[in-house]
Amino acid sequence: MSLTSTSQQFKANAHHALGDADLQAAMAHVPTGFVASRAAAIARLPEFEALRDSARDIKNHTLAHLDLYLEAYESKVLAAGGHVHFARTSDEANAIVLEICKSHGAKTVTKGKSMISEEIGLNAVLDANGIKPIETDLGEYIIQLRRETPSHIIAPAAHLTKDQVEADFRRVHVNLDAKRDLEEPQTLLAEARTIMRQNFLAADIGITGANFLIAETGTSIIVTNEGNGDLTQSLPKVHIVLAAIEKLVPTLEDAAQILRVLARSATGQDMSVYTTLSTGPRRADDPDGPEHYHVIILDNGRSSMLAGPFKDMLRCIRCGACMNHCPVYQSIGGHAYGWVYPGPMGAVLTPSFIGLDQSSDLPNASTFCGQCESVCPVRIPLPGLMRLWRERSFSRQLMPFAQRAALGFWVFFAKNPRLYRAATWAAMSALGFFARGRDNLNALPFLKAWTKSRDFPAPQGGTFQAQWAKRHTGPKS
Amino acid sequence: MPVENPMETSLTLTPGSTGSHPRVGLFVTCLVDLFRPSVGFAAVKLLEDAGCAVEVPLQTCCGQPAYNSGDRATAKALAGRIIADFDAFDYVVAPSGSCAGMMVKHFPLLFKDDPDWAVKADRFAAKTYELVSFLTDVLGVTMVDSTFAHKVTYHDSCSGLRELGIEAQPRRLLASVRGIHLIEMEESNICCGFGGTFAVKYDEISSAIADKKAINIEAARAPVLLAGDLGCLMNMAGRLARRGSLVEARHIAEVLADMTETPPIGREPEKQAAQKGASKP
Repeated sequence: MSLTSTSQQFKANAHHALGDADLQAAMAHVPTGFVASRAAAIARLPEFEALRDSARDIKNHTLAHLDLYLEAYESKVLAAGGHVHFARTSDEANAIVLEICKSHGAKTVTKGKSMISEEIGLNAVLDANGIKPIETDLGEYIIQLRRETPSHIIAPAAHLTKDQVEADFRRVHVNLDAKRDLEEPQTLLAEARTIMRQNFLAADIGITGANFLIAETGTSIIVTNEGNGDLTQSLPKVHIVLAAIEKLVPTLEDAAQILRVLARSATGQDMSVYTTLSTGPRRADDPDGPEHYHVIILDNGRSSMLAGPFKDMLRCIRCGACMNHCPVYQSIGGHAYGWVYPGPMGAVLTPSFIGLDQSSDLPNASTFCGQCESVCPVRIPLPGLMRLWRERSFSRQLMPFAQRAALGFWVFFAKNPRLYRAATWAAMSALGFFARGRDNLNALPFLKAWTKSRDFPAPQGGTFQAQWAKRHTGPKS
Repeated sequence: MPVENPMETSLTLTPGSTGSHPRVGLFVTCLVDLFRPSVGFAAVKLLEDAGCAVEVPLQTCCGQPAYNSGDRATAKALAGRIIADFDAFDYVVAPSGSCAGMMVKHFPLLFKDDPDWAVKADRFAAKTYELVSFLTDVLGVTMVDSTFAHKVTYHDSCSGLRELGIEAQPRRLLASVRGIHLIEMEESNICCGFGGTFAVKYDEISSAIADKKAINIEAARAPVLLAGDLGCLMNMAGRLARRGSLVEARHIAEVLADMTETPPIGREPEKQAAQKGASKP
C-alpha cells in the first residue's frame, strides 16, 4: 500500500487526539456546521427519504450490471476522443499517471480534490519522479503545506483551526506583506486564490477525481465549491480523471437524482456551487479545454468486494455525512483512524484495503448508535457491516486476550441460567454490601476502564430475579 | 412496525376481572437484574396496571454483548434459548430499547438462513416490545397514575430511537405524570457514549462523548435525568457524578410507575434529596 497506515495504533492516536486542544476546537464546528446544515436542508425537501431510496436503487442497479456499464462508458469516452485505462492496483494507477506525465514532459501537475489520489498515494510518486503536484482545493492546499493527509473526505483540513491556517500561510507565503490582515477566513481564501491562479496557468497536466462517470455519454462529473476543479481540468493541455469503478451510473438523469442527495448530505447545500461535466478532450469548435483526456479507472480490490458481503459499501458516494454525525469521529477527528478513509465508512472500507489485522480497532470503535446509517444518502447499513468485520475479527482471534476472556466468562454464565441467577445474586449482594454507605464506586480494580473517568453507580443489592423468585415461590428460592 | 391494538377489548376491563389478560413475559435485562431491580418491579407494576398477567421466566442475557463483539455463535445460542423460553407468552417486554432492539431487529437476522428457526425468530420478534412503546402502541395506554413534581430532562437512547422508533411514546406518557415538567436538552438524540462494551474497550473516547452529553444535560437545568435504558443511564450518571453534578438519574419506568421512593442511580437512601412530590430534588 502506498500510504502508510497508523490504524494499528488507533487507541494511541485517539488518546493523542483527545488531548489536542487545536483539534478539539476545530472538531467543535462539525455538529454546528455540517450536522445543522444538513438537517436544515432536509427539512426543506419533503421527498428526501424517497430520494435516498432512489439513490440506493440506482447504485444497486449499476453495481449489479457494472461490467456492462463500464464497457458502455469506455466506448463513449473513446468515441469522444478520450482514453480509458483500467488499473487493478494502486501501483498500476500510479504507473499510468507517470506514463502520461512523461509522454507530455510534464513538470507540474495541478490537482483537484481526489480521494483516489490519496488512496493510491499519488503525490509521493509524482514527487519521487521529479513532477510537482500542486493541490488546488483550499483544504488540500493547506494540508499539502503542512505535509499532512486529509482528515475528512470532503473537508480535508477539518482538523485545523483558522489560526493554524493563518500561521501556515504566514510561514509559507513569505513574499507577501508580513503585516497583512488575515483575520477573516475570506482573506485566507483570497490569498490562496491569488497564488493558485499562477499555478493553474503554469501547469502541464490537470488531475481531478470524479463524483460520477456516466455510462450513456462517457461524461465525468465533479462537484466543487471553489471552482478550482474547473480550472484544473480546462486550462492544462492534458486532463487526467482518477476514479474508482463504483463511480459509474447509467445515465445523466441518474447522476442528477443522486446529486439531489449528495450536497444536502455533505454540506447541507441544495447543490454544490460548481457541478462540472467533461466529455472527452476539446472539440474543434470548443473555445477551450484540454487537448488530451484520460480516465484511469481503479479497482484496487473493489471488484472482489462486489462479490462479497461488503458489496453495499460500494454504493458510497463519499458525502461524509456518516463521519459528520459520528460521535466517535466528532471526538477524535479523522487522522486517528490511521488511513485514507475515516469515520464509519472508513471503518468498513479500511479493513478491506489494508487488511483486518492492520485495522481491527476501526470497526470495533463504534458505539453502534446508528446515526451513520440513519443519515447515509444511499442507505448503507454501516453498523451491520462493522459488525461483520467484528465477527471476522472474533473468529480470527484478533480481539485482545483480556476482552476475549471477559466475554468468555460472561458467556459461560449467560448460557447457564441457574448458575447465572445464583452467581449474580451472590456477586451483586457482595457488591451492594461493599458499596454500603457510598453512592458510587469510584475505583474498582476490574473496572478501571470505567472508573477512570466515571463513577460506577452502586448496585441496589441482590438481583431482580432472586427477589422475584422469593416473592413468587415463597421464602426459599 | 405497524401499530396494532389487539388488546383493545381487554383494556376496558379492570385488572383482576375475568377476561383476556395478555400474558406477558418480562425480559428484565441483565443490567436491571443486576444493578437496579427496582426498574424491573416498576415495569411489572406498569404492565399489571394496564391489565397484563406478568411472568418472569428464568433468563440471562439477550446476547447483545456477544453479538456486537463478533461472537455470532454465542449470540445465536442465547437467542435460541430466549425464543424457546418465551414461546408460551403473548408478548415479550423489556425495559430497554437496546435489548428489545436486539430481540426485535437482530434475532431474525441471526436465524435468517435457517428456515425452521427463521419463522420462530420472526414470530418472536413480532411479539416483542420495549416497555414504554408496548404500553402506548399495543395496550393503548394514554396516561399513567403517577406523581413526580420535578423538572426532568429525557435522553433518547440510540437503539430504542433508531431501531424501534421510540421518541414520542415516552414523552406522551411523561406528560400525564402529575406535576412533572419536561425540559428538552440539546441533542437529546445523540449517543451518550455508552455503546455496551465500547464503554470499557474505548474508555477515553466513551467518556469524551459522555462529557458532551453531560454538558447538554446540565444546560437543560432540570435536576432529574430520565431515559429508557439502564446502560446509558449508568454511563451518564457515572460521568455526571464524576463531574460533581447534582443531577439525579432514573429509569423512566420508575417515574411512570410512581415508584420513586428508591434512591436515584448511584445515590444512597439517606443522601437522597428528591422525595416524591417534593418541590426540589
